[in-house]
Amino acid sequence: MNFKISSFANRTEIFGFLVLAVLIVVILPLALDIFRLNLIGKYLTYAFVAIGLVLCWGAGGILSLGQGVFFGLGGYCMAMFLKLEASTPEATKIQSTPGIPDFMDWNQLTELPWFWEPFHSFPLTLVAILVVPTVFAYILGVAMFKRRVGGVYFAIITQAIAAILTILIIGQQGYTGGVNGITDLRTLMGWDIRTESAQYTLYFVNAFLLFVVLLVAQYVRKSKLGRLLVAMREKEDRVRFSGYSVANFKIFVFCLGAAFSAIGGAMFTLQVGFMSPSFVGIVPSIEMVIFTAVGGRLSILGAVWGALIINQAKTLLSEAFPELWLLAMGGLFIAVVMAFPNGLAGLYTTYVEPRLPKFLSGNGGKDADDDSDADVPLASKQAAE
Amino acid sequence: MQTEVKDFVLSVEGLTVSFDGFKAVDDLSFYVEEEEIRVIIGPNGAGKTTVLDLICGKTQASHGSIKFRDTELTDLSENQIVHAGVGRKFQNPSIYEDLTVFENLELSFPRGHGVFGALVFKRDKEVIDRVEEIAADIFLSDHLQQPAGLLSHGQKQWLEIGMLLIQDPDLLMLDEPVAGMSVSERVKTAELLQRIIKGRSVLVIEHDMKFVEDIAHRVTVLHQGKMLSEGSMDHVQNDPKVVEVYLGH
Ligand SMILES: Nc1ncnc2c1ncn2[C@@H]1O[C@H](COP(=O)(O)OP(=O)(O)OP(=O)(O)O)[C@@H](O)[C@H]1O
Ligand SMILES: [Mg+2]
Repeated sequence: MNFKISSFANRTEIFGFLVLAVLIVVILPLALDIFRLNLIGKYLTYAFVAIGLVLCWGAGGILSLGQGVFFGLGGYCMAMFLKLEASTPEATKIQSTPGIPDFMDWNQLTELPWFWEPFHSFPLTLVAILVVPTVFAYILGVAMFKRRVGGVYFAIITQAIAAILTILIIGQQGYTGGVNGITDLRTLMGWDIRTESAQYTLYFVNAFLLFVVLLVAQYVRKSKLGRLLVAMREKEDRVRFSGYSVANFKIFVFCLGAAFSAIGGAMFTLQVGFMSPSFVGIVPSIEMVIFTAVGGRLSILGAVWGALIINQAKTLLSEAFPELWLLAMGGLFIAVVMAFPNGLAGLYTTYVEPRLPKFLSGNGGKDADDDSDADVPLASKQAAE
Repeated sequence: MQTEVKDFVLSVEGLTVSFDGFKAVDDLSFYVEEEEIRVIIGPNGAGKTTVLDLICGKTQASHGSIKFRDTELTDLSENQIVHAGVGRKFQNPSIYEDLTVFENLELSFPRGHGVFGALVFKRDKEVIDRVEEIAADIFLSDHLQQPAGLLSHGQKQWLEIGMLLIQDPDLLMLDEPVAGMSVSERVKTAELLQRIIKGRSVLVIEHDMKFVEDIAHRVTVLHQGKMLSEGSMDHVQNDPKVVEVYLGH
């Protein structure tokens, strides 16, 4: 095994990772009260989606406008578990059928639907959070990528799926809680998630998972698979006629992005205390793409910053001028795509990094494109020795 | 048994493809021998590129058979055809501009072609040696760490040839490898092709007659999807039909 830090991350990336870690794990928890910190935790759950989009869209060129689907599926899986736990026969004894979630009772259901049964078990729920969205992504991926559906068509189809799933959830009120979603969630295996201390704990669990996902994403990006994604984005036919099954790689990265999103969704449910179709549909899915674009679609750290900054701005702006927010966001998106296609991360590598002390910059700040490994000579020399 | 078939690396028989009724390749048959450099020439739109598309699986044939040694290629998927030993260069240099020359070559190295294989692929000594060896062959040793997008047009053509060589295909198909090259680059490319031909067969599409003369063992002339003439360069150059539709211009 000749695993080398230098082939896993260059200095800029390590520095960026550390800055983000200090901010999320030390500075924000010290500086903010729990209400604000909980909001940050919520924003960070979107960062899971944005990291997946960096791999799919930034690296691989596969633009999904339906990532809310996977975020939502992960979130709903978690919400179903919490809802069942909150719906004990004692807590629901005034219902005509005690022991089932309240919205089912309101909709004249008299027994728990079969697909809710596994969510009595926490281990099964954890499995479902990862497996349900990933399998769904796999099915979509096979159906589309094997048929060579790509580009705009893929984007439109994913968007349609987000719309369909929203309509389905809203329409099947008795099974899903409808437009209100699954609310009034209280405890996780007896642990009250609404208390301040629980919110602190959940914030740190979320932060930990975020960094795990960042490391996984970094590994993928730096592997040959990461370079293949870039190659597929540029010259798909060349990859295909170099003996690769392009579809399999697209399916993989789409599934990975779905799994990341699902973790984010589950953590969203835990921290915010409910899940509803408004986090599944077209608008949230597009918002996730905007976070990614603004942060920098080539940079996994940029994606986290994008999710943080845009959501903070959204909270501030929409408190002051609620009607302006959508306009501002649309304008911002267009401005970023036209003027700074690599987003904040691109601005950072172009303008900030060259001014930093030399030991902090990965490659002397010459190379603004973080797709091309700056450390190839190093790695190849070391390995050759 | 069928020993006479064994001498051909590629046997194309009755190959036909029609696009909405228009026959881009029409009942075409030809045979390429082992270690032969075969050049396909013909006017624009003759169907030359389409023939390569059919062989490498990019386009599905309407009729006919393409045998690579004993394997029927029309039944295989694109990546199976590559793994059978057929490599193909595109008409426009088709390389990954955002990746370095090293990474371009490395991605074509025949290992780690599955999803899992690509995730755990290690850049070991074998890979590095092979990349450096190929880079020397294609005159790009000094450019390994450069983004491929910064190469000159001719260098990009070489890089794509290198990406094929690293796969070590038995049949190498090159679509206009010297298009857009300077005279000195053409000479080097001809020399490169002569060097790499050992142990494999090459199918080249080219318009540059000087270059064709330099490299071709045999020439096939296509016209409107059909074979017009075939034989040595001398033979086709003096074929009145060829002079009329192609060389006369
Ligand atoms: N996928 C396709 N759909 C429809 N028509 C096609 C397709 N591919 C090729 N053709 C047509 O088939 C004919 C042959 O094209 P081809 O590219 O093979 O010509 P060529 O001999 O390579 O020409 P050139 O010298 O210009 O490269 C052209 O008329 C082209 O328009
Ligand atoms: Mg052509």
